[in-house]
Amino acid sequence: MEAFWHQVFSGLAAGGIYASLALALVMIYQATHLVNFAQGEMAMFSTYIAWALIQAGLPYWVAFFLTLGISFAGGIVIERTVIRPLAGASVLAVVIVFIGLLVIFYAMAGWIFSYVLKPFPSPFPAEPPFGNKYIGAHELGVIAVTLVVLVLLFAFFRYTKLGLAMRAAAQNPVSSRLVGIRVGWMLALGWGLAAAVGAVAGMMVAPLVFLDPNMMSGILLYAFAGALLGGIDNPAGAVLGGFLVGVLENLIGAFVIGNELKLSVALALIVGVLVVRPHGLFGTRIVTRV
Amino acid sequence: MAALLEVAGLRAGYGAGQVLHGLSFALEEGGIAAILGANGAGKTTTLRALCNMIPAAGEIRLAGERIDRLATEDIVRRGVGHVPDGRGTFVHLTVEENLRLGAYTRTDKAAVATGMETVYGYFPRLAERRKQQAGTLSGGEQQMLAISRALMLQPRLLLLDEPSFGLAPLVVEEIFAIMRKINREQRVAVLLVEQNASLALALADHAYLLETGRVVISGTADEISRDESIRRSYLGY
Repeated sequence: MEAFWHQVFSGLAAGGIYASLALALVMIYQATHLVNFAQGEMAMFSTYIAWALIQAGLPYWVAFFLTLGISFAGGIVIERTVIRPLAGASVLAVVIVFIGLLVIFYAMAGWIFSYVLKPFPSPFPAEPPFGNKYIGAHELGVIAVTLVVLVLLFAFFRYTKLGLAMRAAAQNPVSSRLVGIRVGWMLALGWGLAAAVGAVAGMMVAPLVFLDPNMMSGILLYAFAGALLGGIDNPAGAVLGGFLVGVLENLIGAFVIGNELKLSVALALIVGVLVVRPHGLFGTRIVTRV
Repeated sequence: MAALLEVAGLRAGYGAGQVLHGLSFALEEGGIAAILGANGAGKTTTLRALCNMIPAAGEIRLAGERIDRLATEDIVRRGVGHVPDGRGTFVHLTVEENLRLGAYTRTDKAAVATGMETVYGYFPRLAERRKQQAGTLSGGEQQMLAISRALMLQPRLLLLDEPSFGLAPLVVEEIFAIMRKINREQRVAVLLVEQNASLALALADHAYLLETGRVVISGTADEISRDESIRRSYLGY
């Protein structure tokens, strides 16, 4: 039983990371109706920036927030320079650009920081809190950080004028222009926010898996499975899906198929959801009138 | 009275197909003008061209100032409220969020709150449904919401694209009666595009008749509705 609860809690911690990245995917999906395959590699690159800042002697949390700011700005620059010129382009063209971004970030990280694994610090103590034996401090910290990010994002989109305008721009760009919203900038802000949320995921996962250019490739797959499971157009669903995938992956990996085959859980989930319930648990069923 | 909107030689279309072939018309400050015509005459295209939602050429002046090179958002910011064809509802947002978006460009919170009470006064049914998802409203209520959303901008000019489309006659009457009130009380000029000519002529003071992208007849609403031959050959009633 102890091993079971241990797996559940570490599953929740991993799930928090997947949930953050899944949320980043959903934010881009809502505006573009496409999955940004480069989201994971962007997060990985952000984590390298944090690593470099920490190496330069900055305290962890200073580096953390600085990285968020840099990632946010970077996301905006990417949207303005790479994605915006594609307005009106075919789906295939955009997907290829996403894959191009993935390759560029991967290669840049390897080129600048080398492919050697690097340890990444955790801001949380090494000892498990309150003397419990189920969950480590870093895992608890990851869950807490994820929840704070989610609550802040929710409040931003729900209660601020800018958040409302961003939702409107993603849903109905034509009407948004007719009320005076600068839709292009809202999309760019969305990219910035998604990049920042991805950076949080990267910085939280790096202490668990070590920092290397490959760090996020598997995690993006789990995040994608989480987003699909919850419903790719539903942010709250994607978050819940991310947590569910984290727990499932850990339990099935530990007790059923072994840790080496864990990633296949994500693939099985993706295929399963697409076959059985393509709109996920909470997504909108898409019906097209012919 | 001074002209609020002056349009000269407006040409526009979609891709290779040109729809408007040099349209000219004007609208007085605080006036109501109707653009009439059959399906495909270019009525909706005219409104879209005015807001630069489609590529267009020609001169468009708002209160004497050229607006034809401006982006849609900037034309809106100059006080042009557009109630688009299809109503443009943000269906996943609540009624109140739709109205808040209408006032997106305004910064005076107190004035926006007053404005919201004013539109709820015109359309009490929206007030009852303020927390409801806009997509769940009936067609008539969505039309009221679309008009209210445009009013939240505090526009000088309101562009109305077929407000009667798909609605029951009673609802249409209600909306047109309130439009007259809004025109007077808010001192907003209205450019109305309608297929229902008799309704539009009853509300408007001027009318322009469009045929294949050109103004073929223009005059006061009275003259046009009294002219038997125009009525028979163009308006079909």
